[in-house]
Amino acid sequence: MSLFRIFDISGSALDAQTVRMNTTASNMANANSASSVSGETYRARQPVFAPLVLDAMETGSDGLAGVSVQGVVESQAPLERQYQPHHPLADAEGYVFMPNVNVVEEMANMISASRSYQTNIEVMEASKRMLQQTLSLGQ
Amino acid sequence: MPSFADAFGIHPAAVALRTRRAEVLAANIANADTPGYQARDIDFRAALGAATAASLTTTRAGHLASAQAATGGELKYRQPLNASLDQNTVDVQAERAAFLDNALRYQASMTFLNGRITGLMSALRGE
Repeated sequence: MSLFRIFDISGSALDAQTVRMNTTASNMANANSASSVSGETYRARQPVFAPLVLDAMETGSDGLAGVSVQGVVESQAPLERQYQPHHPLADAEGYVFMPNVNVVEEMANMISASRSYQTNIEVMEASKRMLQQTLSLGQ
Repeated sequence: MPSFADAFGIHPAAVALRTRRAEVLAANIANADTPGYQARDIDFRAALGAATAASLTTTRAGHLASAQAATGGELKYRQPLNASLDQNTVDVQAERAAFLDNALRYQASMTFLNGRITGLMSALRGE
C-alpha cells in the first residue's frame, strides 16, 4: 500500500494508450495504400486492452490492476474494391483494393487515446504532489 | 497517560485510507478503456470507522468479530450510471472528480498533522 504504486498503474495505462496511438497513426498513414491483391492489402489494426494484475508480491491480494495490451488485431471488415484502370497497381479488370481504414473512426480513436493519456498524466501529477507533501511533513 | 500517537488523532488512519483510495481510483482511471473492467471503490466512512473503532477481542474460536471491522476497507463494485457496450463501468469524469476530492482531503489531513507537529515541537522546546 503506497502512493508509489499509482505510478506503476498509471504508467501501464500510458504504455497501452501509446500503443493505441501508434496503431491509429499506422492506420491513418496507410489509409490510401492501394494494392492489386486482396490478401496483401493493409487492414486496419486495433489493440486489445486487458486488465493487468500487477506483481502479486507488491500488491498483496487486492487485485488492483493496471492495463496491458493483449495483442493487436486486424479488422475483418470487407476491403473496398475500386475501379481505377489507370492505377499502376490495377489488376487485369482495372480494379484496385483499398484498405478498410475508416478515417473518421480513427480520428475519434486518436482523440480518445490522447485524452486518456492526459488523464493518467494528471493522476500521476496529483500523486506526486501528495507524495511531496508527505515527505515534507513536520518541516 | 496521553501519548504522541494520541496527539495525531484520527489523521494517520485517514491518511492511510486516502492513500489506499487514491490507488483504487487510479486503477479505475487507468482502465477507462479496458473492455469488461468493473470500477471499484472503498466505503471510506465504514473503513475509517473500522480502522479507529476499538475492536472486540476474540479469545475463542466461536467468538464473532465486530461487524464494522469485518466490513472495513474492502473493495466494492461501483453501480454504473450508464455502462458502456463493452461492459466497462468506469465513468472517467466521476472518477477524476473523486480522485481530486480524495487528494484534497489528503492535503487537509496533512495540514492538520503539520499543525499538530508544530504544536508538539513548541511544547517540547518550552521557549
